[in-house]
This record gives sequence, C-alpha cells and structure tokens, in this order.
Amino acid sequence: MERPGFSELTDTVRTHETPEGIRLQLRMAGPVVRACAWAIDALIRIVLYGLIGAMFSFFGGVGTAVMLILFFLLEWFYPVAFEVTSGATPGKKAMGLVVIHDNGTPISFAASFARNLLRAADFLPFLYAAGLLSMLMNRDFKRLGDLAAGTLVVYKELPIERHPIPEVDPVRPPLELNVDEQRELIRFAERSEQLTTDRQMELASQLSSITATDPGSGVRRIWAFANWLTRGRQ
Amino acid sequence: MKQELFEQRHQSLWNELTEQLDTLEKSRFRRQELPANLPELYRQTCNHYALARGRRYSPNLVEQLHRLVLRGHQQLYTRRGGWIWRLISFIAADFPQALRRQINYFLVALVLFLLPGVLLGVFCYLDQNLIYSVISDGEVSNMAEMYRPDNARTGRTLERSDESDFAMFGFYIYNNIGIGFRTFAMGILAGVGTVFTLIYNGVVIGAVAGYLTGLGYVSTFWSFVSGHSSLELTAIVICGASGLMLGRAVIAPGPYSRLDAIRLQAKQALPLVMGGGLMLLAAAFIEAFWSANSLPNEVKYLFGIALWILMICYFVFAGRSKEERRHGS
Repeated sequence: MERPGFSELTDTVRTHETPEGIRLQLRMAGPVVRACAWAIDALIRIVLYGLIGAMFSFFGGVGTAVMLILFFLLEWFYPVAFEVTSGATPGKKAMGLVVIHDNGTPISFAASFARNLLRAADFLPFLYAAGLLSMLMNRDFKRLGDLAAGTLVVYKELPIERHPIPEVDPVRPPLELNVDEQRELIRFAERSEQLTTDRQMELASQLSSITATDPGSGVRRIWAFANWLTRGRQ
Repeated sequence: MKQELFEQRHQSLWNELTEQLDTLEKSRFRRQELPANLPELYRQTCNHYALARGRRYSPNLVEQLHRLVLRGHQQLYTRRGGWIWRLISFIAADFPQALRRQINYFLVALVLFLLPGVLLGVFCYLDQNLIYSVISDGEVSNMAEMYRPDNARTGRTLERSDESDFAMFGFYIYNNIGIGFRTFAMGILAGVGTVFTLIYNGVVIGAVAGYLTGLGYVSTFWSFVSGHSSLELTAIVICGASGLMLGRAVIAPGPYSRLDAIRLQAKQALPLVMGGGLMLLAAAFIEAFWSANSLPNEVKYLFGIALWILMICYFVFAGRSKEERRHGS
C-alpha cells in the first residue's frame, strides 16, 4: 500500500482516493468467485421461472400476460432490483461480493441498469466468453458491462472482531524499535488469543534475543512490550 | 500519543458516526435528512484514520477506522430517494433532450433502418414472390392469415378472444423491449450487432408491409399498425442510435482512451435506451388493447396520425432549456 511496486502489480487490492485525501482500499473479485455467484443466481432464476410458469399457466390470456411480463422482469431486472436496493444479488451476497461504482460509492440505478443490459453482449458467443475475455484483459476484472457502467465487483468487508491485548504489566522494550517493528509486536499480542499456546511460543521464540530465553515467559514478555507500546508506562 | 489514549479520546465520536451510518444504511429509498453533523464526524474520522496509519497503530484499529471511512464515504457521496420525481423529469425533459443532443446518431440509425425498409417494401410490393426470400413460408402464411380482410380480429392468429389481447400484451413486452435492449448491448461489439439488427428489422418490416399491401390487405394491415407504429418504429431507431454510440466509442474513441470513451458514451446513451424501453412499453399497450379493435378505420388512422404528430412535437419541444432555445434561433 505504502510501497508501490511488486504488490501493486500482483495484488487485487485497488485504491481510490476520496476528496478528503483518504485512500480507500477495495478488493476486486475475480472471475471464479463471480461465476459461482452467477451460478447461484441462475439456479434461483430457473426455480422462479419454473414456479411462475407453473402458476400462471392456469389463468388463460391474463395469466400468460402476467407470466411473460414476469419473465421479462426476471431476465432484465432481477440483478438491477437487488443491486440497487442492497448492492448485491442473492448469489453475490452468498459469495460475499458487492457491486459499487469505481469511486467506491453504492451503485445507482443507471449504472446497475447499464451493466446488466450489457450482459447480453458479455454472454456472447456462449456462457460469458466475451465477459471473461474482457475481465482477463483489465486490472479490475471488469466485464464489458462493468466497463461501460463504471462499476466494480468487490469483496464485502467481513465484520472485524477486535481482540484486546492481554493485560500484563508494561515493560519498555530493551532496544529502540522502528514503527513497523512496533506494529508487529502489537499485532502479535492482538492475535495471541486466536493462536494455540504452542504456536504462540514458537513465534515468540524468534525473538528470544530480546525476550527471556524460556519461550513460555517470552510470550508474556512480548505482551508486556505491546502493553508498553499501546498504553505507555502506568 | 499512545494508542490507548487515542482510542479513549475519540471512541465516542466513532460510535456516533457508526450509529448514524447504521440508520442510513437501512434504506436507500426513503428520503432521509442527513444528520447535520455527519460530514463533520466523517471528516474527523478520516483525519483519525490517517493519523492511526501514520503512527502505525495496531492494524486492527487501522482496519476498523478504514471500514468506518469507507462506509461514511458511501453514505455521504450517494444520491438518496426522490426516484419518482427523477422518473417524471426524465420523461418530461431528460429523454427528449438526450435525443436532441444525439440527433446525428439517430439520423444514421434512421437511414440504416429506413433505407432497406423502403427498398424491400417497394420490391415486395411489385414482386409477390420476393417475400419468400426474406422470411420463411410458414411466417408468410401466418402474416397473410393475420391480416386477411375476413379475419374477425386483425393482427391475431391466436384464438380470437379478448383474453388474447392480454396474452399479446405480455408477449410484446417480453419480445419487443428485449429486442430494444439487445440492440443497445450489441453495440459494444464495434456496433456490428446494432447495425445488423437495424437493417434486419428494416428488411423484415418493409418486406411484410410491401407484401401485404401488394396482396390488397390495405385496410386491415395499415389500420392495425397505424396506432402503435409511431412509438414502436421510433423506439427501434432510438435503441439503434444508442447502440451506435457504443460502437462509435469502440471504433473511434477520439481524444479518450478506448475504455474511457466506452464509459462516457454508455453514460450518454443510457437515457436513449431507457426512453426507448418506455416507448416500447407504451407501444405494447396500444398494440395489444387498441390496434385490434373494431372501430372504423378512419378513427384508427386519425389516432395513428395524431400520435405521430404528438410524438414529434414531444421530441422537438419537450424540456427545451433557455440555452437550447437561444442556440436554435
């Protein structure tokens, strides 16, 4: 992020700078996960087609009319309705994806409509071959519809749980640490709860030169450093 | 400043912002007043996020603030509610304005549609066998059956009941609007798909009209199509124009990169497709519930001509801004 270069080229994280000068980070969704989302949606739609077809075939001309109108809506507006109201179709939601404008804002009706109209072209000549080709040819995995509408399909951020740093008496680290090193110590302390005791000790033993020699107390020692770094002397 | 102190000092502000965002995210459609201090809270949180990153606070805290900033950005820079009003202003002004701006594309699409239509119309009128080179034998006899002067309900091959009006309404929506939308979408294939659709529709419609006129089914065929002809034919050409705009961006992006050109053109073309879709919806309504009625032909012709005039006036005059007027005179 701070260091452009290799990670910028290979990573699927894109940044967008807001008017406030903040760089938002967006994680692009690739073809495979989007194909899965599409398959789920396709399944839902097939079931709906079946249900509608079965229900309205008994109501004569009016039934046929309602059926065909619903088919029309299902074909063109199924994704639009979901994307505009909640940002993602049920399939995308299941895969943890969401559609947004390429400036990071929620998708508008016009953009959603445009990207879904162009599905007709993306589908050509069979099963989204044109869309796949387009996705592989640009950095943001945009199919033709996304190109025209200026939209992105990104991973929805999962809610994060914050684990508090285990409370022990703060101890000043024995040597001057730079900010990245400080951050690593804090990160280790925060993650400790999710690690097994063995793994904690294994990781802590890497730092045996600045902690105690005994791995068990090494873990506590790092917690103490982290406490000192986040809270200071008390 | 140590991280813990930083968190203690600003936690209440972040909580307030989180609460506001929670309520705002619940519904995008209700028109809600943005809380007066939302922008301020948001900008302060942006500041905190930048500080937290700069000071290398714990990655978890930075991530938490990043989420908050992302959500705030999404809520602050989005358009909320008022979609009924936007739809009305789209029909009253935006759509005809968009068409006037893109009149060149419209004219090209018109030529692509009209020229083959008129040519094939004349040829099929003169040579009754030519129609078989355009559409299949079955379709020809279907057409002839539909418009036979002794057919009680013109334009229908289904069982001749009122119920079939409804069924046809559904069919026209499903089929015609779908074709209109596809005409736009295929434009991204360098315009080839759109040009093909326009010419193909021109050929078929012209050929059928010429053939049926040649057979002498004038009173049934022309009285049937007169009602919805204005909206339907114009909508096909408008959808074609929108597709041509996309195609133009692919072939000749001008001063932009190809991707930017596609995005810009799509944005400008979108009102045309949406308007075209609405016109086809209205046309489907007329075609299903009016065109097959048994009123005297004079009434039907008059209705058709009136709609043509109204529609042309709509596109010429609706939503004229002062600027446009000054420019025009």
